[in-house]
This record gives sequence, C-alpha cells and structure tokens, in this order.
Amino acid sequence: MIEEKRIVLRNADLINPEKIEDYLQAGGYQGLVKARSMSRPDLIAEIKKSNLRGRGGAAFNCGLKWSFVPADAQVSYVVCNFDEGEPGTYKDRIIVQKDPQLLLEGMAICGHAVNSKQGYIYCRGEYPYVVELLNLAIDQARGKGILGDFNIEVRMGGGAYVCGEETALIESIEGHRGEPRFKPPFPGVAGLWAQPTVVNNVETFSNLPSIVLNGAEWFAAIGAPNYPGTKVLTLTGDVANRVSIEVPTTATLREVIYDFGGGIKEGKKFKAVQVGGTSGGFIPESMLDTPIDFDSMRSIGATLGTGAVFVMDETRDIVDITTRIAKFFEHESCGKCNPCREGTFRAYEIMRKINKGQASVQDIENLTLLSQVMEKACLCGLGQAAPSPILTTLKHFYPEYQARLQIQ
Amino acid sequence: MATIQDIILSFRDKPGGIIEAYHAVQKAYNYLPEETIAVAAETFGVSEAQAFGVATFYSYLSVAKRGKYVIRMCESAPCHIAGAEALIKAFETALRIKAGETTADGKFTLELTECVGQCQGTPVITINSVPYVNMNPEQVPAVLALCQ
Ligand SMILES: Cc1cc2nc3c(=O)[nH]c(=O)nc-3n(C[C@H](O)[C@H](O)[C@H](O)COP(=O)(O)O)c2cc1C
Ligand code: SF4
Ligand code: FES
Repeated sequence: MIEEKRIVLRNADLINPEKIEDYLQAGGYQGLVKARSMSRPDLIAEIKKSNLRGRGGAAFNCGLKWSFVPADAQVSYVVCNFDEGEPGTYKDRIIVQKDPQLLLEGMAICGHAVNSKQGYIYCRGEYPYVVELLNLAIDQARGKGILGDFNIEVRMGGGAYVCGEETALIESIEGHRGEPRFKPPFPGVAGLWAQPTVVNNVETFSNLPSIVLNGAEWFAAIGAPNYPGTKVLTLTGDVANRVSIEVPTTATLREVIYDFGGGIKEGKKFKAVQVGGTSGGFIPESMLDTPIDFDSMRSIGATLGTGAVFVMDETRDIVDITTRIAKFFEHESCGKCNPCREGTFRAYEIMRKINKGQASVQDIENLTLLSQVMEKACLCGLGQAAPSPILTTLKHFYPEYQARLQIQ
Repeated sequence: MATIQDIILSFRDKPGGIIEAYHAVQKAYNYLPEETIAVAAETFGVSEAQAFGVATFYSYLSVAKRGKYVIRMCESAPCHIAGAEALIKAFETALRIKAGETTADGKFTLELTECVGQCQGTPVITINSVPYVNMNPEQVPAVLALCQ
C-alpha cells in the first residue's frame, strides 16, 4: 500500500497555525534564509531544476515562469492564487489553515528570486475566516522582521470562478471586473499594473521552502519524474472517507480511492470519478490504475487539475450530474467572448433537454460539435475546459445518454 | 456604525481598493446600499457605471437589500449528489420564500451558490459566511433557530 508523503502538510496538526514560534521551532524560514544567501539566477535555476510544476492546474514549470521576469525590472509583483473556486476543491484552504507561515515563506522566496518587494494573496471571498488567519500570520512575521522589505497583502475575491484565471485575477486586484485579458503579454512581462508579475498557486509556493532547503535533486526524485513531488488531493462524493491527503504523484487513482478513501461507501460499486474539479474529465473503472501525475492524467484524456477527486457510485445519474455541471459553466462564464458566453448557454440548454428525455441523436451531434468549437475558440481556460465533462461522459458513459434519447 | 462614506474613504489610498471597500461596506450593512456606488466612484476616480459594473460582477457582493442572515446553499456537483436539492426545498418551505428572495421581516435571505470549499462535508450551506456541513433537511429548523 502506498504511503502518504508530506511536504506541504508536514506541519499539519503538529504546530499551532496561529503561532509563528511553533513554525520557527519546526525549522520554519530556514528555506528563506538559504534562498537569500543565493544569487537570484542560482535560485531560479535551482527551482527550475527541481521540476516543480504549478499546482493550480496548468502544471507549468515554476522556475521557468520566474525566469520570464526581466532581471532589470524596477517593480515586480508576486501574486498568490488562493481563489480555489473549482468545485470539489478545498486543498488550498487546508494548506493555509494548517500552516499559513509556510505560504508566506514560499512567497518571500519567490520575492527574492524576482526582486519583488510586494506580494498579494488573492483569497476567495468564501474564506473570510482564513483571511483573518493570514493577516494574523503576516502581522507576526512582520513583527519578527522575518520578511524583511518584502510586503504581503491579502485581497478578497468576490465569488467569481473566472477570477482564478491569472489575468482575470490580476484585473480583480486592480479593482476591475474579473474578465481575462488577451495573452500575450503574459503576466511575467506585463501583469499587475502592467508590471512583471509572477502568479502561482498556494500549493506551489508552499513547496518552495522544502525545495530550497533540501535541494532540487531531493525534490525531483520524489514521485513521477515528469511531475515530481507530491499532490494534495481532496476526496469528495461517494467515498467512505472524504478526506484530504498528500501523496507522491506516482499514486494511482485506485490507490487514492480505495486505500485512502476507503472505497465506495455503503458497500456500493464504483461508477465514475471526476478528477481535477468540475472542469475535469470523467474517468471509468477501466482507467483507475493510472497514476495521478499531470501527464498520465492527460494521456487518458483527463486532467489532474486542482487535485479534486469526486467519486460517484453505481446509483449516480451521469447525465443529471453533467447537466448540473453545464449549469455551473453557464453561470460562471464572464461573457467576454462569444464562443463561451453563447456556447455554455446552449450546452446547458441541450443538456437539460437530454436530461428531461426530450432530446434526439441530432442534439447529441450538435452538442459534440459545439463542444469541439468551444475547446478551440474560447478565450480562456474556463470556456476551453467547460466541454470536457460533456465529451468525456459521452465517450465513457454513452449508454446513459442513449437511454435518455427520444425514440425516433 | 461607521458611515458608508467613512468606510469607503478609509480605502482611498489602496490601489485597486474598490473591491476591498465594497467588502467592508457589505460586512457592515450586509449589502451595498445605493449610495455606495456613487461614493466609491468618486473616491476611486471611476464612472458610476464602472463602479456599478464592478459591484454586480461579483456574486458575493449584493446591490439588493438582503436580510440580516444570508443563507447560501451550495449546489455544485458534490453537494448536488449529496442531496442539495432536498435541502434547498426544506429551506424554501421553512422560510416560505424562494431562493433569491428575502423574508418579509427582513431577517433571512436565501441564495444559491457554487462550491464554498467545504466539500468534505457535503451538502454545505453558509450563514453569513460561516459554513454548516453535512446538513440534512431535518436539521433546518434547528439551524434557523440559531439565528436570533
Ligand atoms: C477558469 C479558471 C480558473 C482557475 N482557477 C484557479 C484557482 O482557483 N487557483 C489556481 O491556483 N489556479 C487557477 N487557475 C489557473 C491559473 O490561471 C494559473 O495557471 C495558476 O494560478 C498558476 O499557478 P501555478 O503555476 O502555481 O499553478 C484557473 C484557470 C482558469 C482558466
Ligand atoms: S472563455 Fe468564458 S470565461 Fe473565459 S473570457 Fe471567454 S467568456 Fe469569459
Ligand atoms: S461542492 Fe458544495 S461545498 Fe464544495
């Protein structure tokens, strides 16, 4: 049986998150001290070499992203994406609630690497109680002078899923409607207030102190070679244990669901799992031996995404759940681009028709075509990923759709 | 209670602080009273249309008057399969209003929401942002009784 491996949750339930002294006693901020003793290019090279890839969904090499910030930039920003809007996901909340100083340390390390004096944590509006904890943690770190001249401010989101997209998030910090920008320019070149900006996820930052302290090789040797390290997963739905865990990225879905989740509750049988949040693909039983790392998930047409693991038992109605998900995207589309504004609306309309047993084969064909267009034509990841639950359920659970179609 | 003017002015020097100002007003008043938009527009140097556009973009902010207790019911997929619909119906029946409405006495507002990040305990509701997990319809009267 595979074991948990704790990097970002190493202090969880062992220290008092409200006391910086506990964190310091557990070796906290030694990574920052070491990072500050390194030159900026060396630090960036080290992170790049560790092959730490973003934990917010897109899995971009973290050090490589930092290297896009011009070395001579006068002003630059470090932004932590703590929007965590992907349904079924609560891992960033767990990480911060268990150990807020770890995130601050990670951000300060990034601040040193890209020569930034100002960091922002963009925390979703649904977590006001976590904002309080973060502000306390920042005050304590400032009181001890640990962050030096690196300043961190918490900003609260307003319940818009699209604001997790990095350029929408930047718009929101600037005080605007959270609509994604056209890229390029990428934030590394022109982000917050048109200055070079690094945006990383909470879990990405929280990995940094250990990587700096233990070295790139140490990290690169954990888990899958292409996506090393661990991943914090949140188990929801019909598993016996709805828990959050941190496992090496070589863990398979079956191990996650059965060894940690305790299998399906009430002795029922497994039907499907959706990994990565509501924009992730649905995965049938036959693919459960796939490891969770980003590339393995991609190879089966799914995504690791945020690491949400939503399990459905044999009694669940796939068409009904997919309809519910289509409503989510219709509601959260920001409306900036036509393929998504209109596409999510029509997709939800057709899914409702299917769900009510009023659709024909032609509707399914239209839905498939629409989905393919959206994947290609939408401006941001929201619209591009919205069809994924539809296409993967059509692929793996077509009989459930068929049973709902009107007899011609 | 601090005036809306005072609250908003305290964010004047914060770049992009309009959303923070809205959060602070809503914390004090439970929604954004009408004058909020005009004051914010002037304070942050944007048009009233823009200030209104920002306020209405975010589902967490409300420009409509709301009750003292705002109950938000998560209907995202994990809560959906855990029985969110029955829970929503139970609240609607108990309060005799529909989702999106406020009781006549101004005490409760019911809202639908997407995932609030407490999916270890589906289905989930929040009351003035405090989460209540593993809810079932039978618990509705007891939860409402907590709101005094
Ligand atoms: C619609 C949408 C929502 C997103 N939501 C989040 C989120 O809640 N948290 C997050 O870290 N990244 C989210 N992302 C990904 C970010 O755009 C970005 O890739 C990420 O913050 C980069 O950090 P990382 O490289 O450390 O993963 C979202 C992307 C899209 C398109
Ligand atoms: S894809 Fe959707 S969410 Fe993204 S910019 Fe277009 S309309 Fe907005
Ligand atoms: S799905 Fe309802 S709280 Fe996350």
